[in-house]
Amino acid sequence: MKRIVTKHTLAVRWFHWINFPVLAIMTWSGLLIYWANDIYKIRIGGKDLISFFPNSIYAALNIPYHLAEGMAYHFLFMWLFFINGLLYVSYTALSGEWKYLLPGRKSFKQAWLVVLHDLHIRKGLPPQTKYNAAQRIAYTAIILMGFGSIVTGLSIYKPVQFAWLTWLCGGYEAARVEHFALTIGYCIFFIVHVVQVVLAGWKNFRSMITGFDVLPFEEKIIEPEPVPETPIITPVNS
Amino acid sequence: MKEKIISEKRLLFKSFFAFVFFIGAFAIGVYAWKKLRNEEKLGGVQKTLRKGLSTNEKIFSGLFSEERLVKTYPVSEAVKRVRVNGNDGLRTPLDSTDWRLQIVKKNGDTLSFTLDQIKELPKTDIVFDFKCIEGWSQKTWWSGVKFSDFVNHFHLNDEVKLNYAGLATPDKQYYVGIDMPSMVQPQTLLCYEMNGKPLPLNQGYPLRLIIPVKYGIKHLKRIGTIYFSDQKPPDFWAERGYDYYAGH
Repeated sequence: MKRIVTKHTLAVRWFHWINFPVLAIMTWSGLLIYWANDIYKIRIGGKDLISFFPNSIYAALNIPYHLAEGMAYHFLFMWLFFINGLLYVSYTALSGEWKYLLPGRKSFKQAWLVVLHDLHIRKGLPPQTKYNAAQRIAYTAIILMGFGSIVTGLSIYKPVQFAWLTWLCGGYEAARVEHFALTIGYCIFFIVHVVQVVLAGWKNFRSMITGFDVLPFEEKIIEPEPVPETPIITPVNS
Repeated sequence: MKEKIISEKRLLFKSFFAFVFFIGAFAIGVYAWKKLRNEEKLGGVQKTLRKGLSTNEKIFSGLFSEERLVKTYPVSEAVKRVRVNGNDGLRTPLDSTDWRLQIVKKNGDTLSFTLDQIKELPKTDIVFDFKCIEGWSQKTWWSGVKFSDFVNHFHLNDEVKLNYAGLATPDKQYYVGIDMPSMVQPQTLLCYEMNGKPLPLNQGYPLRLIIPVKYGIKHLKRIGTIYFSDQKPPDFWAERGYDYYAGH
């Protein structure tokens, strides 16, 4: 016999595994679009530290001259990204899953302890439920980022009809930078997430597919009824 | 968190089923993706994607309001060096003395206008953030006649009741189709000046379209003909995979 405990509900698993390829397509098609005006750089002290992106990356991914295609994919899959995200947020809010997800007052301090633990600096983890404090922060941040991508994306897509959104983003050019930065954020999240999943091991990954954790089953030992003590009767020699 | 106690056999079955389902769903996803990638193309892009663009057009043109104006800036903020992108439709040498703006009316009659006739109408200036579909944008200063003023002055009110306007260069090598609400939006100009001077040849001398609610691809340079239709007029870039609407 085995004891299983639900970890990820079917809905959460669906949202997660749909989001993954959809976000990958959005990132790829976004890169096809970005290539046509690839001006972003990280510059420190007049020196280009990182240029987005070197030609070798474009060449490896067959990016150049696919702007029209990129836009066509981006503006179709944006709907899937949006609808999936909306359903996920609604589900999380209504089902009570948010209780395991949103960071609390202690989360920020505890998240630091989790980081120290993961870097093998500190032993022992603070007590947690489904997600530890660092996960709570990361998984909540990624939802907010998704919301940010929709807002900045809409600001770039329809800057006249949604002029107030564009204004909120600090203008058209600013919205573009933000939209791009959020995507870089997803890529960093993806790398950290995959490394963590690999380190957490098979059982953790399995639960994202099967939905449950398998826990040790302790059989209760049924003790026999205590036998009432019988007085020792000693024969009396008469 | 629901807890259950099940047999080892049942656990194995449950896990197996979950993985089979997962891998199956993954395979379906890959299949659908490959199918989409290899689909027949319509207007330079996969049919489904073209359908997506058309659906977006319906949704967002429904949200369009002529009253939402494009943000404008003072002339001092306009750039001096205006970017030039593309010269399709401009490769044929221009005979500027022979040039006329041809307006094809609903009944087939063609009206011809010289640049001077157009310049007689009130002049409107606009400095706005010109947005290229490639991603760059520039604050630029343009002057000309509001298309809506031109319509009223030359009694083209019946023409603009149709769904689309089509524009083409004199050599017909570049052409755009524009939905009428965007065309009659009050900031759309038949433009003959840039930075206070006549348009340079590479910016569409003698007359170009400036339509701030659209990407640059719709701002046709060197207008030869304007006509009106209920059907979508052909569009150079929409035939090459781009969104027909291309509007903001």
